[in-house]
Amino acid sequence: MAAPRIIVIGGGLAGLSAVIKIAEAGGTVDLFSIVPVKRSHSVCAQGGINAAKNLKGEGDTTWQHFDDTIYGGDFLANQTPVKGMCEAAPAVIDLLDRMGVPFNRTPEGLLDFRRFGGTLYHRTAFAGATTGQQLLYALDEQVRRHESEGKVRKYEGWEFLSAVIDSQGVARGITAMDLRSMELRSFPADAIILATGGVGAIFGKSTNSVVCTGSAQSAIFQQGAYYANGEFIQVHPTSIPGEDKLRLMSESARGEGGRVWVPRAAGDKRPVKQIPQSERFYFLEEWYPKYGNLVPRDVATRAIHKVVYELGLGLEGQPMVYLDLTHIDRATLDHKLGGILEIYEKFVGVDPHLEPMKIFPGMHYTMGGLWVDFNQMTNIPGIFAAGECEYQYHGANRLGANSLLSCIYGGFHAGPNALNYAKGLQPAEGDGGAAAELARQAEINASLLHSEGTENPFRLWRELGKTTTEHATVLRYNKGLKQADEKIQDLLDRYKKINLSDKSQWANTSFAFTRQLYNMLQLSRVVVLGALLRDESRGAHFKPDFPERNDEKFLKTTKASFTGDVAGPRFEYEEVDTQYIKPRPRRYDAAK
Amino acid sequence: MADKTVQLEIKRQASPEAPEMWEKFELAWRPGMNVISAMMEIAANPVTAEGHQTTPIAYDSNCLEEICGSCAMRINGRARMACSSLVENLEQPIRVEPLSKFPLVRDLQVDRSVLFENLKAVKAWVPVDGTYDLGSGPRVFPQQQEANYPLSNCISCTCCMEVCPQFNPATGFVGAATIAQVKLFNNHPTGKVFKEERLRALAGDGGIQECGYAQNCVEACPKQIPLTNAISDIGRDVMVQKVKDWLRG
Repeated sequence: MAAPRIIVIGGGLAGLSAVIKIAEAGGTVDLFSIVPVKRSHSVCAQGGINAAKNLKGEGDTTWQHFDDTIYGGDFLANQTPVKGMCEAAPAVIDLLDRMGVPFNRTPEGLLDFRRFGGTLYHRTAFAGATTGQQLLYALDEQVRRHESEGKVRKYEGWEFLSAVIDSQGVARGITAMDLRSMELRSFPADAIILATGGVGAIFGKSTNSVVCTGSAQSAIFQQGAYYANGEFIQVHPTSIPGEDKLRLMSESARGEGGRVWVPRAAGDKRPVKQIPQSERFYFLEEWYPKYGNLVPRDVATRAIHKVVYELGLGLEGQPMVYLDLTHIDRATLDHKLGGILEIYEKFVGVDPHLEPMKIFPGMHYTMGGLWVDFNQMTNIPGIFAAGECEYQYHGANRLGANSLLSCIYGGFHAGPNALNYAKGLQPAEGDGGAAAELARQAEINASLLHSEGTENPFRLWRELGKTTTEHATVLRYNKGLKQADEKIQDLLDRYKKINLSDKSQWANTSFAFTRQLYNMLQLSRVVVLGALLRDESRGAHFKPDFPERNDEKFLKTTKASFTGDVAGPRFEYEEVDTQYIKPRPRRYDAAK
Repeated sequence: MADKTVQLEIKRQASPEAPEMWEKFELAWRPGMNVISAMMEIAANPVTAEGHQTTPIAYDSNCLEEICGSCAMRINGRARMACSSLVENLEQPIRVEPLSKFPLVRDLQVDRSVLFENLKAVKAWVPVDGTYDLGSGPRVFPQQQEANYPLSNCISCTCCMEVCPQFNPATGFVGAATIAQVKLFNNHPTGKVFKEERLRALAGDGGIQECGYAQNCVEACPKQIPLTNAISDIGRDVMVQKVKDWLRG
């Protein structure tokens, strides 16, 4: 039998982790990525990666890490895979260290760790404030090594469009488009791993990179894959609002002692330095004395919302609060937070060593994603998923510095599992459906190119982002969610009247974007309608009209499937694996 | 204030074979605008300053936080990242052109894959035995970490190559970014196992000897990487390696 052919889509941490494991096991991989893999969104992760190495004499354990993760996720995550991830974490850090990641060190030459949100332990390993960049580079270098040995073939600048699925419902390959020549091609494979990241673009502006559209996940969803817990969207408490995006200001700023506050008096016009301590409202420290500024992100985000919109204490009446590092000495800041402070100064023009930063919550992460089993396989045989594009490690809210870990751990599992699956696969009949799928994609391209109307895709996208951000982020009301879904249906209607101002067939970036936009619209209905149906509050999903968690009805995984009907996706619910830790009330104003 | 505008002149080229041309745009000014948000605005309303319909600008971008290295271009004549080019700090009209030393794809998009090929040639990786659990990595003291971390911040934007007078087809020079990566991996306790091979890869034509010490690279680097230090350190190491190899015959 011929050697199995594995396709990995996406070259961030999850994709590269999968590639390395497959290459190491003797397999060969075709790696597809829209951007050169070294430019993937994982580079944006700043603060660090969690592992209970217990190098600070605190008695930290992998069980504590597991408990913090489950509790932080409001008990929605299946516990078996989370337990496995937390137990594997110390060895993952060791491996990254061996690969040359320049982690910060203690004077004795050991790994240094800092605190992050939702835990009382120093559990986060870090490389300055550019940990994601450093981790991605380490894996990118290992993949380059395998590439030079002929085990990996990269298709950078190719965009995944769809899976090729045979008449038995088994995946047999993919279709993809060359973003320069706009050529459509099908590629056969025995197994496929999607590692295509987040969905930030469906919220217009977010902390995500431009490529994080969720288009690949949505395409697979429309081909029959379940999408799970789509309504769980993390809004990061501290981002820097911008014209083109919301830039992340890492949780590590608070991990190193940063304090969030507003003047106690609304509309206080005094220069910040002249406001005495007694007239500053450190609301997180007052409301959550045990965790203080390091409450989980959903809690911090809602607190900032309350301070700004209910108490009217936003800075100069604007939706902003201070994140203050000015009490920390310059050497410590530069050593541990260098990269992010530089970014703030570059983009805002104010030196955060000297003046508090002005920040506000911004859409950051999707806890939900493609439904996968404990082997990382979707319900379509042969299609696996790893990283942010799947749902299984973070429940209703992700703890900071767990995402890098879940990407690598998920990729390390998906790779070998895909290889094993592929080894046992019976050959496809004929072309496995490749020609038919390619024809379907060509038809989509042709109809877009010939579409004659008045709608501009970028303007439709802005309208989408405005409605999802307004109705489906921090506070959710059923009336607003219904309005949002009607708006999305209206946008889907108007999508049919798009007129591309550029119909050329060479490096047509707006054409590629317009294809992604359709998938964004379909996926945003999963988010909005999933939120509408979940009448409770859990983790990042908060409904003021249903402020309590309702385990009896909703301690369940949401599973959406595509119908193609105007009514939208079909929803069903699955029991959550809670065999290790019994669900208990989640509160951060006192010790757990 | 309501009428304040931003003027841009953008160099367009529909394909490598197509003619070059310049288009002017006039956009409503908004606080915090950067060159990327200006181009997003053009995509949503692709009309030139003269009122002609045109096409959205083709450009590479991804993170918009100056960490992915995608959006390098020439802005007012200077190689830099478009995301961190704030409109209010730029003289207008803002002239935007593609990098000039790399094959053009379209408009502001160029093909910079040469850098990734160079990284292969110098084995820019740590050769781990495997990804199975082999326990902790080597001890690294904070002083070493602090020396290596800046080198590891290279975002592969290629600004250092664009501004280097020696980076051209005649010399085949690898450029500063690759040399800095050689220093990074040669410094690593495990990575240095390939030290000699890396130095030999930089010893021939297109290697470190092509550097003309113009020092443009270190000026252009958006990440303030100590590129000229890396070049002088590795230059010395390459010389020593050459002598050793000569003595060994």
